[in-house]
This record gives sequence, C-alpha cells and structure tokens, in this order.
Amino acid sequence: MLSDAMRSLFALVTFLAAFASQAAAIGYDGARHLLNRTGFGATDAEIARYATLERAEAVDRLLAGARSEASVAPPDFLDAPFDRFYRVNNLSAEERMAVQRRLAQQSFALRAWWLREMIETPSPLTERMTLFWHNHFATSQQKVRSLQLMYRQNALLRRESLGNFATLLHAIGKDPAMLVYLDNARNRRQAPNENFAREVMELFTLGEGGYTEHDVKEAARAFTGWSLDRETGEFTYRRMWHDYGEKTVLGRSGRLDGDDVIDVLLSKPQTARFIAAKMWREFVSPTPDAAEVSRWADVFRQSRYEVKPLLRAALTSDAFWAEANRGALVKSPVDLVVGTLRTFGIRPMDLRPAVFACAALGQNPFAPPNVKGWPGGDAWIDSATLLGRRQFVDRVFRGSEPEPMPMAMREEGKGGPGAPLRRMLERGMTDYAFDGERFARSLGSAGGERLQDLVLAYPAVSPSDTEAPVGDRVRALVADASFQLK
Amino acid sequence: MTLARREFLKLAALAPFAGSRAFAAAMQAPARKLLILVELRGGNDGLNTVIPYANPAYAALRPRIGIARDQVVKLTETTGLHPSLEKMHARWEARELAIVQGVGYPRPNLSHFRSIEIWDTASSSEEYLDSGWLARAFELSPSPQTFAADGVVVGAGSMGPLAGNNARAIALANPAQFLRNAHLARDEGETRNPALAHILRVERDVRASAQKLTADHKFETAFPTGLFGNAVGTAAQLAANESGVSVIRLSLGSFDTHANQQGTHANLLRQLAEGIEALRAALVEAGRWNTTVIATYAEFGRRPRENQSGGTDHGTASAHLVLGGGVKGGMYGATPALDRLDGEGNLPHAVDFRGYYATFLERWWGIDSRAVLGGRFDTLPIL
Repeated sequence: MLSDAMRSLFALVTFLAAFASQAAAIGYDGARHLLNRTGFGATDAEIARYATLERAEAVDRLLAGARSEASVAPPDFLDAPFDRFYRVNNLSAEERMAVQRRLAQQSFALRAWWLREMIETPSPLTERMTLFWHNHFATSQQKVRSLQLMYRQNALLRRESLGNFATLLHAIGKDPAMLVYLDNARNRRQAPNENFAREVMELFTLGEGGYTEHDVKEAARAFTGWSLDRETGEFTYRRMWHDYGEKTVLGRSGRLDGDDVIDVLLSKPQTARFIAAKMWREFVSPTPDAAEVSRWADVFRQSRYEVKPLLRAALTSDAFWAEANRGALVKSPVDLVVGTLRTFGIRPMDLRPAVFACAALGQNPFAPPNVKGWPGGDAWIDSATLLGRRQFVDRVFRGSEPEPMPMAMREEGKGGPGAPLRRMLERGMTDYAFDGERFARSLGSAGGERLQDLVLAYPAVSPSDTEAPVGDRVRALVADASFQLK
Repeated sequence: MTLARREFLKLAALAPFAGSRAFAAAMQAPARKLLILVELRGGNDGLNTVIPYANPAYAALRPRIGIARDQVVKLTETTGLHPSLEKMHARWEARELAIVQGVGYPRPNLSHFRSIEIWDTASSSEEYLDSGWLARAFELSPSPQTFAADGVVVGAGSMGPLAGNNARAIALANPAQFLRNAHLARDEGETRNPALAHILRVERDVRASAQKLTADHKFETAFPTGLFGNAVGTAAQLAANESGVSVIRLSLGSFDTHANQQGTHANLLRQLAEGIEALRAALVEAGRWNTTVIATYAEFGRRPRENQSGGTDHGTASAHLVLGGGVKGGMYGATPALDRLDGEGNLPHAVDFRGYYATFLERWWGIDSRAVLGGRFDTLPIL
C-alpha cells in the first residue's frame, strides 16, 4: 500500500539523515566545542586537525590519548621521602614565619606544576578528568596539611582519571589525604567518626536522600581501622580499632568492613546515575536529561564502571553536540586562565601568577571550599569574580607593559608572608601578554574568517568590526561577555 | 512594598526642593534599617557558645570538650558564654545582646549542603525552593531606588539568602577595589542563553551599584586583621554609605569541628567577638548602631554528646546571637533540652528558624513575612 511505502521511505530518509549527522565531519566549530569542553582551550592548529573527523573518530582519538601519569616532572620536594605533618605550635615566632613562607612557596609550586601539566600535556582530557575527580572527591590542603599527600592523591586521580571508577572509589577510601580530610584516620571502634561514611554516600556515590542516618552510623563502624601511619604517610589498617561486629548498610547485613560497604554502594544503580548526571553537568549543560543520563548510567554499569565507555557515550551523544548546548556552560576560573593561555599560545615562564588568578577567581586547586567541591555553573560569576575575570583578561590583552595586577589575595591575610610574594607575582605577569601580530601570523591566511569561532563558543553580545586587524578583533572578542562561556 | 512606596512618595514630594537641606537629609538617612547577617559556616557548636553551665547533663555529655564552669562568662544563673566571647559581656550588660536558644526546624537534615539550602531558601525540610529568602523579600518589597543594592555579600562564597534573579545583590571583597574595577563591567544587552543572561545581569548590578557606592569613610575604629576582620571593615564601610543597602552578609568558618574542637572553636569565637565589637564601634561612629541589627545563623548546631575525637558531629538546633542598638537584650527561646535528645542524640528545636527570619522581616522592616516564608511563623520580641 502507498501509505506503507511512504512510511518505509520516510523511515529510510530518517535513518539516512541520522546516519549522515553521525558520519559527517564535526567541522571547525564542532572541533572547538569538543576540545574546549574536554580540555582547556585549544589553538587554531589543534582545532583544524580535529575538524575533518567524524564524531566517533574524534572522540576515540581523544580517549586513545589518555594518560595515567603526568608528563611534566613535579617539583623535587613532592617526590621526596615523607615530610611529617607540619606543626607550628611548638615553634618560635621566627621559625613559624619561616615554615609558613616555605609552605606558601611550595603550595604555589605544586599548583603551578599542575597548571603547567594542563597546558603542556599531550592529553588535556586526562587533566580535565583529573580535575573532575578532584572536584568529586574534593579534598583540601588546608585541612590535610601535607602537600606530599595532596600530590599523591592527585597522582591517584590521574591514574584512574579515565580508568575505573570502582577501583578509584576503593582507593580513595584508603587514600591518606582523604583519610585525614574526612577524619577516617581517627575512626575507631571505641569512637566511630561518621564524616567519611556520610560523604561517601552523599557526595561520592548515591547523592542526598539515598541513605538514612542509620546507614551512616553503621557504615562508619565498617570503616573503623582504616587509618594512616603518621611516620610514613601511608595507609595502615589498625586491627585493634576495627569493629568486627554485625552491621547493616542499605539492606545488606554481615560483618562488613570498609571495602564491603563500598561494594554495596557500587551495587546500587543510583551510583552510576549519580556519576552520569555529574558528567552531564561537566560536559553538556547545567540541566541533565533524565532519560539520556539513565542510558549513560547503563553503559557505565555494564562496563563495570570503566570511565572510557561512559565518556564515549556522553561525548558522542546528540545532546553533547546539540546547538542548544553550545556555550551553555560558564567557564571555570581554570578554564578561563589556562584556556586563554593555551588558545592564544601564551607560554609564561612562571605560572604562579596564573595560580594566583585562579584562586582569586574562586577556584584554588588543591583547596576546594568544602567536601562538596566547587559549586560551579552560574555560581562562578558574581560581581566580585566577574570584575576579577575582566581584570585578568584586560591584563593579558592590554599589551606587554609591566603593570601591577591589583587582585586581593583571598587566602593570605594582609602583610605576613603573602605581601612580598604578591609583589613578586605582579612583576611575574610581564610575560602574560598577548602578541597580536605573532598570533595573526600563526593563524595563516584563512585564520581571520574563523576568528570568532575560535575565540567564542556563543555569538558575541556586542558584534565587532570584522575589518579590524586580527589583534584588535581578538581584544574585542575576549572583552565580550560570551567569552566567559564554553 | 508599602515601605518602598512610602519612601518613594516622600522623595517625590521633596523633589521640587531637590538640592535643599531637607532633600539632602532624606537622601542621607537611609530609610530602611540595615541587617548584617553573619553565617557561621560549617555548623556552630551552640552548646559551647551559649553554655548551660548549671545543667549537670552538660558536663556529663562533654567530659573532654566541655567548658569548665569557672571559665564560663556567666550571664544568668544557668547560662553563660564561651570565654572567647568575653567581649560580648558588655553588650549583655547594656541589654543590646539578645540570645535566641534552640533555633532549628522540624525533621532536621544533617547534611551541610542540604541544611544550609533549607536555611538559605527558608524551605521546610522536604521542600525545594530556588530562591533565597531575602531575594524573595526584596522582590516583594524592594529597597528604595536610592539604595546602592538590596544586599551585599562580602567575600567569597555563594549568594546564599540573596540568591535569585529578583533582588539587586552584589558580592564584593572590598568597596574601594570594587569601585576601581567597576568600569570593566559593560552594558551589553539581552540574550536567551541562561548562563549569559546571568553574566549580563551581574554586570548591570555592578554598574548600578557602583554609581551609588562610596568607599571613603574614615573610621577611628581599628579593625582586626585576618579575613573576618577585613570583612567587618568592609561591612562598616558599606553601612556608612550615604546611599544605603538593606542587608550585608558576612561569613566566618569553618565551624565543622569533628575533631580536636577546642582550639579551633575558641579561635573562631574570638574572631567573631572581636569582629563584632569592632563593627559595633564603627557603627556607633557612623551613627548607625541604632539602625543596624547584627544576627548570626548556621546550617545546624552540633551534637550534644562529644565524639571520641575530641570534636562534635552534625547536630540540629542551636543558639544564635542578635546585637544592635535597637535590640531588646535578654534570653529568648528555650534552654537546650539535654534530657530530650532524639534518636540520633540531637536536640529538639524550640524556635523555628523561619520565626527568627520573620522577626527581621516584620519587626525590623515591616514586611509581611507570610508571602516570603510561605506561612505564618511567630516572631520574637527581640526588636
């Protein structure tokens, strides 16, 4: 019958159209979208290399490049034998100042190393995911008080950044920095401490409402004895502290230990959905689609929590590529600072001013505000941080004359060890300068036409003069509010 | 609404005399009273802040971290303050300090994040609201147009009770710096992209506030050093502005003292007391002490029984402090019912936090609290 023929023809056309949209090259705009969301900015040349690929090809290339170790060597003190937790109480005022000065320097060095890795790594996706897990398993140096332990945790997050979530979750429970941060190091049978037990359910796996207060108390007993050797900074299991009794967590009963509880959490479908939804907010938009998240979650569970299949499902999805989701996310401070340096080929000798800028804009790596991590999204932008962002951009694109960058340093009080450091940082920004002519040469002949596609993820609010020299056009584009989006 | 309209009419009536002394005086005396909120981030241990020292259950629950009776700054026969709050004793004597005990809500949530969301949005335990309670209040009853903003959040952190699109709220670390940089915000127009719309709205608020704010008041008062001391200095500067603001939110923390609480808590409370005392002195200097109320809040108190790490776990109801020249000092609420702890070992609440909020809305500003808080909650006679 005619209507049947029509219907099958229609089905065929729909199929071909779908096939074509999957198989077509992602184009320049698509490549910028993919590389900005999965990395931190991208140069014109990098974008051009991906523009000719199809979706799946492009995503598979990114996934195949995943690393498990950093490419930049860390500062020496991080790999040195464990330097015991610093205690300032027993020191004289002078000694205390010296310790604090050294710590401030080392804190900057640790962060500068990570930003350097973000800029220079052959796999920005690896660093994007390492930062994603850092935000998920948020741990702060301010409580941990050992940069070496923060560094070791960072290495763990990178090792499993595109590895296996189940492996990572088990390892995080025994990670020394986490043991200190959420107090499990002191969780013992005689004195259960609920902090880790609560957050592992609320923030790491199930989400709020997925458990009861009774589950928290029981799980806390199961984690008793997972502790820290304060001499070596290594995980240690203290048998005498462990509660060997019966417990019931989320309906499962037995003489559960910490690994058993983590396995119970991993057995819940809600865990995969929770991570998949977070992945949506990281890569797609602020408003997850429940059906699509559920599809990704199924992929995640079926692969036994391998990260790559989940990412592949997310990054090849129509939602990721939808026009409506381009420019739907606010750049994080790290996106803005590192992304700007990468996109425009600015390679400062000293990255401490970049660290300082990220911190002043509200994202100080290794020191998230609390165990929930950075709230992100619209919350990145308030009147204070917006002006700070404008100042950073203004500073980089104004030219190369040395001018102080008057951003208040939030972490350090005034005076004290921070003050000379700040002056040093201000001087250190002289090579954070955009060179319009050099940049124009790097674009080559065709570059001018796609300049807006390179710089902005969303059309400019204030259209600029397309006849102006490349350098001036860039200055207009980065000053546009759309430059804050990705 | 009525207040704003009345204010508008008053100004409109004066308009023909613009430039006259009466007009200048009307402009200079911010009609709306100021509320300075201090968030005790992480959940403050109310029992070691306002101490029921005469209750034997207190010492029994806290053999390690309890404050010894002879250390307590005694206010009444039964209740006193942590020694770090010594500076507040003079406010108590002057009857400018109201202590509200047992502030909380039914079916308390022990997650930091959920509970502060409940406090910020003034929702019930099972209800999810998108906007902050103050943002809703200013939507219904905007501050006078002469004001630089409805509210200012000082320092880092979320917009909290001011979150939402319908209040004029800004965040800043330091007013002078804010004014130096305000020219970087541009007026750029409209968009349908929600993220971009948020950015453009913030830009508009920055520009509007910057036109009205000043940052050159010279104080005799010396402000404490450190983040909270700086924030207090900023609050004083804002309070002294000719064009007013209705709310300033400061925060101090973290009070999340799961382990080795004593030193950390003593230090935080000392910062609180020194900061508030400096703020009081500055407000007196600026002639604003009688038109300002300072009030604390937090997501929850902490569990009465100390844990074995020398700390306290997440709790429920807690005590809060309200200070100001217009405050009726004294004890309000109910002393902690240490003999009636719930299944988790936590305190029942005596005062609904929405009643605490209603007190400021109704008794301080004359705003009908029902529409803001979604119901009627009893106010406290502290104002």
